[in-house]
Amino acid sequence: MSQIALVGAVELGLVYALVALGVYLSFRVLDFPDLTVDGSFPLGAAVAATMIVSGFDPWLATFVAIIAGGLAGFATAFVSVRFGVLHLLASILTMIALFSVNLRIMGRPNVALLTQETVLTPFLDLGLDDLWVRPLFLAVIVLVALIGLAWFLRSETGLAMRATGANPRMARAQGVRVGAQVIAGVMLSNALVSLAGALFAQTNGFADVTSGVGTIVVGLAAVIVGETVMPSRRLWVALVSCIAGAVIYRLAVQLALSADFLGLQASDLNLATALLVLVALVLPKLRGRALGRRARA
Amino acid sequence: MIAVENLSVVFNAGTPLERRALRGVSLALADGEFVCVIGSNGAGKSTLLGAIAGDVSAASGRILVAGQDVTRQPAEARAQHVARVFQDPLAGSCGNLSIAENLALAAGRGSRRGFGNALRRERAEMLHARIKELALGLEDRLDQPMGSLSGGQRQALSLVMATLAPSSVLLLDEHTAALDPRNADFVLDLTRTLAARFGLTVLMVTHSMRQALDLGTRTIMLHEGQILLDVSGEHRSKLTVEDLIDAFRKARGEELAEDRLLTS
Repeated sequence: MSQIALVGAVELGLVYALVALGVYLSFRVLDFPDLTVDGSFPLGAAVAATMIVSGFDPWLATFVAIIAGGLAGFATAFVSVRFGVLHLLASILTMIALFSVNLRIMGRPNVALLTQETVLTPFLDLGLDDLWVRPLFLAVIVLVALIGLAWFLRSETGLAMRATGANPRMARAQGVRVGAQVIAGVMLSNALVSLAGALFAQTNGFADVTSGVGTIVVGLAAVIVGETVMPSRRLWVALVSCIAGAVIYRLAVQLALSADFLGLQASDLNLATALLVLVALVLPKLRGRALGRRARA
Repeated sequence: MIAVENLSVVFNAGTPLERRALRGVSLALADGEFVCVIGSNGAGKSTLLGAIAGDVSAASGRILVAGQDVTRQPAEARAQHVARVFQDPLAGSCGNLSIAENLALAAGRGSRRGFGNALRRERAEMLHARIKELALGLEDRLDQPMGSLSGGQRQALSLVMATLAPSSVLLLDEHTAALDPRNADFVLDLTRTLAARFGLTVLMVTHSMRQALDLGTRTIMLHEGQILLDVSGEHRSKLTVEDLIDAFRKARGEELAEDRLLTS
């Protein structure tokens, strides 16, 4: 694998680290399987790209993308909490709706950003090697997100959110407004994913309406790979493991694609990812069963 | 002080399965009163607690807590004034959060939750001290997940958790029923100690007539959704388990043969 491919994989891994943090928040913290992210990732890309092309400041564009992601999350969580629609179904509805919304925002299936000024431009102008500027920039953003999320989840409100996912009846008895917590958490999750989309568009130079396909599976894969590599009950370790999982996952994909003897094509990616997630989900169960058998024997 | 006025609760209203769990119950608890509630299965004991906590909605009547009408308030809004311990030791805490985090969560009951560290130093120290009093050795394990504790330990902590923030009433729903006798005694003793120390107003459901007479200041017997007996003071201190069974028998108009009540 060439150095460019390697650094490129890390770079993409860092973008998806934000997705992993968002998915961790919905799946693990809130126990709310949220497929909205398949729509909010391209939403972030679409909003940021369209605004940048229209001449807005790239930081403002990124900020609006984050807000848009939060609103997408709100749509899902509100429908689920307020009207009792199954969380999975509510998120699929939002995801499907966002496909149309994203097309409306961009006015066409994709927008190129190659010649535009992005949040990265000032750093690229510093004269450093382009190859390293992008992952470094992303690493800083991911670090800020990590610290912010760790701080939030250890706060009074964050603790209430974690209790909401773990034991809603207990949370309610402690005066936690469970519905509001779910809405806030899913909004935050999608805001992170939308930020990832906005950064994806700016680092890769385009926004595409189909770029969100499989976001949830990649995010989940990152969370699960991270948990497998760094198993821990500690909150900040769990968050770091999401980031590590995303980068490792991307490196593994790059490795698999560049290993010619495997005969894999880029189009096999979704199948491979699905199988990886399946294995990671099933393995602990099989191991538990084997242990149970041994204990009985 | 809490008051229940002419409270009725109907489950599955308007269906063939309709069941009137409470039929016009009125009850007032003065501050510092410790009330034991007994009655056979289906008498409405848990429903009464559920209605006060806000888990069960009232068909008619009113519930007043700390002078406010809370009849239409959801459970999370009432939590400011209502503390609870559930029967199931697993229900009252989060198994995958640490012991300290569970305690911190309970300490925040009734106050606005902001963005400050939930386990800031002075709170962590306070929680450590409260757990050390239990003499269970748990104060050195505060970082471990709640799920690593036994049912008895978890229930003892649930009880402590319920007393970390002030409350107008503490609802105990057969909180020792799922424990072995030794742990049940420990938790019951702890209940007595904490209630006395903080001057708590307690409403405790129990299956044991012995407990219902020994513990607290007042005993209420529910039967088919109505208060059958309500004794306190001198009258109560003279009452025996046999008297309670008699009262119960009279109400049922039949012999209490193999009822669970007799055996406990």
